[in-house]
Amino acid sequence: MRNNGSLTVTTPTDREVVLTRVFDAPRHLVFDAFTKPELLKRWFGPRGWSLVVCEVDLKVGGGFRFVLRGPDGRDMGMRGVYREIAPPDRSVHMESFDDFPGESQVTTVLVERDGKTTLTATVLYASQEVRDAVIQSGMEHGAAESYDKLAELLAAVAA
Amino acid sequence: MTRDQHLDATFAALADPTRRAILARLASGEASVTELAQPFAMSQPAISKHLQVLERAGLISRSRDAQRRPCKIEGRQLAQASGWLENYRKFWEESFERLDVLLDEMQRPKKRKPSKRGEHR
Repeated sequence: MRNNGSLTVTTPTDREVVLTRVFDAPRHLVFDAFTKPELLKRWFGPRGWSLVVCEVDLKVGGGFRFVLRGPDGRDMGMRGVYREIAPPDRSVHMESFDDFPGESQVTTVLVERDGKTTLTATVLYASQEVRDAVIQSGMEHGAAESYDKLAELLAAVAA
Repeated sequence: MTRDQHLDATFAALADPTRRAILARLASGEASVTELAQPFAMSQPAISKHLQVLERAGLISRSRDAQRRPCKIEGRQLAQASGWLENYRKFWEESFERLDVLLDEMQRPKKRKPSKRGEHR
């Protein structure tokens, strides 16, 4: 099966969001997909959004610049600075959005097992207010609140 | 409480694994404190404290009738929290679905002969 894809999103503390997802690929490919512009352009962003600017300077102290353009033509820009780079299993970067105050620290860890890679990305925000603001806006589309999704959240948070 | 304060209380309540487990249990139906305490190595007073936090966050309610006072999950507050996380989840879920396709493509030459787009799966 190609898609192992059950994404879990949890909020273990007031300032963090943790994403976990399994990919059916060795971790060096996943690492590349997260760090090479020509690959990032092909997947980063939800449906209908495209990465119109994608520059990556992959070294400690180097940075990246992304601009995502939404279906309505709205741009969402973000930039970051790499703090640690240890291919193919770990990186740490600081990240900020053009439209929001504050920086967050993103720690990405890739663990490979039997040819599959588990991604764990821990995003640590400067404060709970920043975390909530970032997540609430920018990514607003179709937040249907059905009980199915409620069950999904419960499954995710109880995991 | 403002909407933000509500969300703060909800996420603070959800930050604890015991409280998440209690909510998961209540998602399948009402339960008394005794019933809720059973699967945990915890005293009833300790469970009651967790229930107070959940109740204050509006995530559960407790019936006033009789001694049993069953706890019930309150969907509205949780749905708000769910909607909040749902936006974030959507962003990454949709991105990762595209990444699955890309990773598949990157491995194709090694896994099998190049095939025409959409030939299978």
